[in-house]
This record gives sequence, C-alpha cells and structure tokens, in this order.
Amino acid sequence: MDLSFDPEYETFRSEVVSFLASNADKAPKGNDLRGDAAKGWQKLLIENGYTCRTIPKEFGGYGAEPDIIKSRIIAEEFSKARVNAGLGGQGISMLVPTLLEMGTQEQKEQFIQPTIMGEMLWCQGYSEPGAGSDLAALSTAAVLDGDEWVINGQKIWTSTAQIADWIFCLVRSEPDAPKHKGISFLLFDMKTPGIEVRPLVDMTGHANFNETFFTDVRVPKHQIVGERGQGWQVANAILGHERETLAPANTAQTRVNALVDLMKNETADGARLVDNPVYRDRLMKLQGKVMAMRFNELRVLSARLNPGQDPGLARMISKLEGTELRHDIEGLAIDVMGEIGLAYEDNPHLRGSGSWQREYMYYLGLIIGGGTSQIQKNIISERGLGMPREPKFEKAS
Amino acid sequence: MQFGLSEEQIMLRDNINRFLDDNSSLDRVRAFADGGDDADIWAGLAELGVPALLVPEEQGGIGLTPLDAAIVAECLGAHIAPTPFLGTAVMAPTALAASDGDHDTLLAEIAAGTHRVGVAFGEAVKRRNDAHVEVRGEHMFGKSLFAFDANADSYLVADQNKHLYLIAASDPGLQRTHLTTVDKTRRTVELTYDSVAAQCISRDVKVFEAVLDIGRVAIAADTLGAAQNMLDQAVEYAKQREQFNRPIGSFQAVKHMCAEMAAQLEPCRSMVWFAGHALAELPEEARVTACHTKAHLAEVAQFIAKTSTEVHGGMGFTDLVGLHYWFKRCGANRQWLGAPEFIRQEAAVLQGLVKD
Repeated sequence: MDLSFDPEYETFRSEVVSFLASNADKAPKGNDLRGDAAKGWQKLLIENGYTCRTIPKEFGGYGAEPDIIKSRIIAEEFSKARVNAGLGGQGISMLVPTLLEMGTQEQKEQFIQPTIMGEMLWCQGYSEPGAGSDLAALSTAAVLDGDEWVINGQKIWTSTAQIADWIFCLVRSEPDAPKHKGISFLLFDMKTPGIEVRPLVDMTGHANFNETFFTDVRVPKHQIVGERGQGWQVANAILGHERETLAPANTAQTRVNALVDLMKNETADGARLVDNPVYRDRLMKLQGKVMAMRFNELRVLSARLNPGQDPGLARMISKLEGTELRHDIEGLAIDVMGEIGLAYEDNPHLRGSGSWQREYMYYLGLIIGGGTSQIQKNIISERGLGMPREPKFEKAS
Repeated sequence: MQFGLSEEQIMLRDNINRFLDDNSSLDRVRAFADGGDDADIWAGLAELGVPALLVPEEQGGIGLTPLDAAIVAECLGAHIAPTPFLGTAVMAPTALAASDGDHDTLLAEIAAGTHRVGVAFGEAVKRRNDAHVEVRGEHMFGKSLFAFDANADSYLVADQNKHLYLIAASDPGLQRTHLTTVDKTRRTVELTYDSVAAQCISRDVKVFEAVLDIGRVAIAADTLGAAQNMLDQAVEYAKQREQFNRPIGSFQAVKHMCAEMAAQLEPCRSMVWFAGHALAELPEEARVTACHTKAHLAEVAQFIAKTSTEVHGGMGFTDLVGLHYWFKRCGANRQWLGAPEFIRQEAAVLQGLVKD
C-alpha cells in the first residue's frame, strides 16, 4: 500500500493551479457549447494541455503521452476551482476516441480538429424505440443505392440533436446477417434532407433528449467508420469507458459534503436537521458508502497504473453502485427538507439552486441510461461471477 | 502509487488460507461448535507467526502492520475459524505496546502463542442494563457481558472511564460463565468481578480508542472474509443446482441477487484495506474510517448473509450445508465492539456534526 505520488506530479499540480489562478476569468460561465467564449477557452486549454491532452498534434490536440495521474490532477483542480474544464459532449468524449482507434486518415483529418475546437457539434444515434437494452436489435435501415446510403428509420434519446451539426449513427446495413454483424457506423450532416428532430420532454420538465426521424436520407458511401457490418465493434470500442465515468465517487463526496452543510443550516422546529438522529443516521450511512466507493476507485486507478494488479470486480460495479448512490444522496436532501424539498425552478424557497431535485431526477435517468441497472447486473453476474446466460427463446414458428 | 496488497501480503494471505483450508474445515468448526477446543488451530497459526504479527520485534514479535492483521482476519472470517485472534493477536498487543509499563514477558508469551488474552470492552463501548466495571484502588468490581475468548489466560478489561486493566483468569475473585450465543464458531463469557486484582495498562483514553479502532477494523475484515465466502458458495450453488431443466443461476431473479451481493461487497474490500492502512499511516482519517468500515461491512454482510442463504433455497436453511455458521458469524461481528447505529453516531461525533 503506497498512496504517494511521484514529486513530478506535485510540480504539475502547482502548474495547473497557477494556470487557473491567472486565467480562470476567461472561462465561460454556464453550459454554452457554441459561443465564442467557449471556443476561445477551449483553444487556450488545448494549447496548455488541459483538455484533449492525448489527441495527436496533427489533429489539433496537445499530443501528450497518456498519463492517468496528470489527467486526474487536471480534473481535480478544475473541479476544485469550479472552472469550466473545456468542451464536452458526445463528439469529443465518444466519436473522437472512436475515430482515433478505427477511423481512416482522411476521417481523422476531416473531423477531429473541428470537433475538438467546438466548430462541429455531434449527436449520437444509437438507441431506437425497439432497441434499448437490446441495442443490437436496431432496425434503422441503410440501403446502398449507387454511391449513397439511403437511410430510413427512427432514433431516440438523441441529446443535442436539435443543435448538432453532424450525427454518428448505427444503422442496419446487412439485413440478412446475424444481428450483431449487420450493423454499420455512419457519419452524416444533420442538414441532410429527410431528417426531422422532435424534442422529447422528460420528467425534469426539460427536453434533454429528442426523437430523430430519417426519411430517405442520402449519405455518401464513404462516410462509414470501419467496414460494412462492423458497426457493433466500432461502437463497442469505447462503450465500457463511458459507463465507468458516469458517477465518479469524488463528485458523490462533494454532494455528501453539501448535504452535511444543508443539514447543519436548515432547521425544523428550531432544531438543526443534523441533530435529528434518524436523518443523521441516514446521512452517516451514505457517507460510509461514498467512502467505500472512493477507495474502490483508488483500486481501479491503481490497477491501471500497476499492470498485473487485479482490480477484481471494482471497475464492473462502478456504474451500478455509483448511479444508485447519487440518487440516494440527492433523495436524502429532499427528504430532510420536507415540503421545501419539493421547491422547483423559480420557487423562492429553492435550496442549492434547485440542484437536489434536478440531480435526483437526472440520476434516475442515469440509472436507466448507459446500460440499465438490470443490464449491469447481467454483466456482473455473467462476466464477473461466471454465471450462465439466460437461455434464448426459440423464435415462434 | 499502489493501492492494494504487496507481494509479501499476498503471500501471507495465501499461506494462512492454505493452513486454514486444511485445519479449519467446516467439519473441524463443527467439532468446535459441539464443545471441542481450538488449541490445535491456534498452535498451528502460532507456528505461522500469527499471534506475533503485531508484537514489536524487540519483544520477540514480527512487528507487522494493522493492514497485515486485517488480511489474516479476512482469512479467519472466510474459514469461520475458532481462534482467540481478535483479543490475543490484535487488541492486546496494541494495548500493551502503547502502555507505559513493562510488558516484555507477556508480549513474548503472546507472540509464542502460549498466552491467550481475552477482551471485555462492552461496558466501555455501550454499557447494557446492569453491566458495569468499576476499579477501586487496584481491585475490580462489577460485571462484563460477552467478553470474548472463553479460554483466555488473562483479560484486557475496559472500565466505564475507558481505562484499561489486565486481570488474570485464575484470580479467585473472577467468576467466568460461558453463555450460549447463536455464533458457535467463537465462545463468549460473562465475567463477574469480586475484588479482582487489576493491573492498570493505561488511563489514556487515546490508548483505549486505538485498541478499539484496530479491533473494529479486524472485525470488519473478518466480516469481509465471511461475506465473500457466502457469496462464493451462493454463486457455486446457483451454477450447479438445476430446476426447470436449467441451472438456477441462469434465471435473472437469482443471478441479480448474486450481482447485487458482489456489487455491494467489492468496494468493501478496498475499504478494509484503506482502514487498515490508515490506522498506521493516516492518523487524522483513521478513527472515522474505522467507524464507517465496521458499520458499513456490518450492513453489507447482513444483506449477503440473508441473500446468499435464499439463493440456496431450502438447503440454505439446513444444518447440512452449514451456511448458517457464516450467517451467525456475520451477525455476531455486527454486534461486537459496537452495533452499526451506535458506531455511525460515533462517526458523526468525531466529525463535530453533533455533540456526544
């Protein structure tokens, strides 16, 4: 057990801290993905290696060797200073790593730089009304007609589709192949004729997602990543990574700390909420769980740094446990506030800018999205514990 | 940075597990439960250096760390081994090493495995009903419930002021009564003191706390081992047992129970490692971490004890499979040295959230 880091990293940390001290005022406020402030800030971060750090220079990145600890230090310090850590979104977090791994030289040159600079905003077309947990059952059809794919079908949960420039999309190109082998990964312009985007209002009251409809959408043949029928492997090249980072323990710790402050400040019948033994016990239970998850993540980190060290199931359980835990933390905050916990949007009694209700619902969304808790349990039991798979139903004749 | 066990620690774990596989089988534990003793198991562990783990080298010990003790405790829990490990090898050496007095001879005997020290802490942790321990002059009066290790040569007793004393099991004023509990893998006794000669070990509350903390982490590690073993047994059973012409482990209703157990237990392993490490290296975090680790492991183990029994169906309820020995071990660990609700209250007090 050695929890110390090389002194080199303390130097690196102080560089990040001093960068933030002298530049934080240039950072955009809020969640603007398209404004000049966001783009200018992104450029400055890339030049200093604080985002897109390992993307090669020839594609507009910083070109550093992968270093998990430095990435972690950057994330920690930006979060501590509450400064925007650069552009996110599915283009940067999912498509760019996919292209780096599976794309052609031309695709890398055409798409990576504009994507990371915020010039090209992407949405993801994976899920369909009939293909959720069973994503490989997707049925949006792509038929080759001369030099063009003709696409017909519907996608759902396409966040940012209403503002996206392009979409990366899974389509069924080989209808006669087995279901995992008939899928292709296409890239196309959202301005192509035949695309209709309808907002999908969710339980938060906002349209965080859309439904996207394709009617005879014509896409040039070469806009495919990987070969025909390889789309499932292309998409899965980075899917596991997405799950692990959905509910990190350090954010859960930040929320528990905020909950402690809330319970020290709010009163009922003149007594602080933290003085109520029932609420306090629930708080302490969650604090203990967060502690366990923090050390679980340290073990995952350590296994990445020390090849040969076995992380056990530590990585596999993090989406399931992390999202459920966050939902519980936000839920306790709502419970302790009583009726005040119901306040929403413009209510003057709002606490924490309404974040408790917002996150409570948002994390229920994450329990379902990115592979539901039930799918996670299948993965843990089958791949982690080696339990037998569910027998397949014979097709009715 | 390396968060995990060293090669030496993995070797230690494998050695202890190998010994216990051969010498603390379920049949052997049943023999203890039926009234046999644990002397041969403890003698074998003494040859492997287990009682000497935490005894400083100057006193004839090995001088290893609390994390090493937690590793051994996990092995003992997995094998539901009947031993005096918690009192003799973990709590007593910690108390004696922190004491101002000269305990070289006793520490050397502990290290050699020839002297067993029991522990009676219940009355200082959370006193129940009429139990109380009082020391007047150099003599002890009162009563301790549920002291552990029925065959100890001496007892480390904490009074209401959290002062630590050592008493001899042979003292004529000491009455030792074995009382039945559900956990048959270890025996507890009620101690009645009628002017028992009490040797003061420490009046420093910090020493009491250090001994309590390491005891709690060792119990949490024992719980980790027991719960992991129950999960492993459930998974194995679900793979073998067939109903409706297929292994019951292929039903999601069953496999999801196993996944939930695994998902809750896996972070516990890292938590126990960190808690053990913190006791020696991170004094500022050690106390709260020890509280949360003991309480959290108790909750997860309660869930696993119940769920893994259910996965076994009717067989889980029988004495034939013997799963109930692990079930009851987890149950006893939950109550020893502080139940989860009281420990979480301590964690809140330690953080200054509320006054005691």
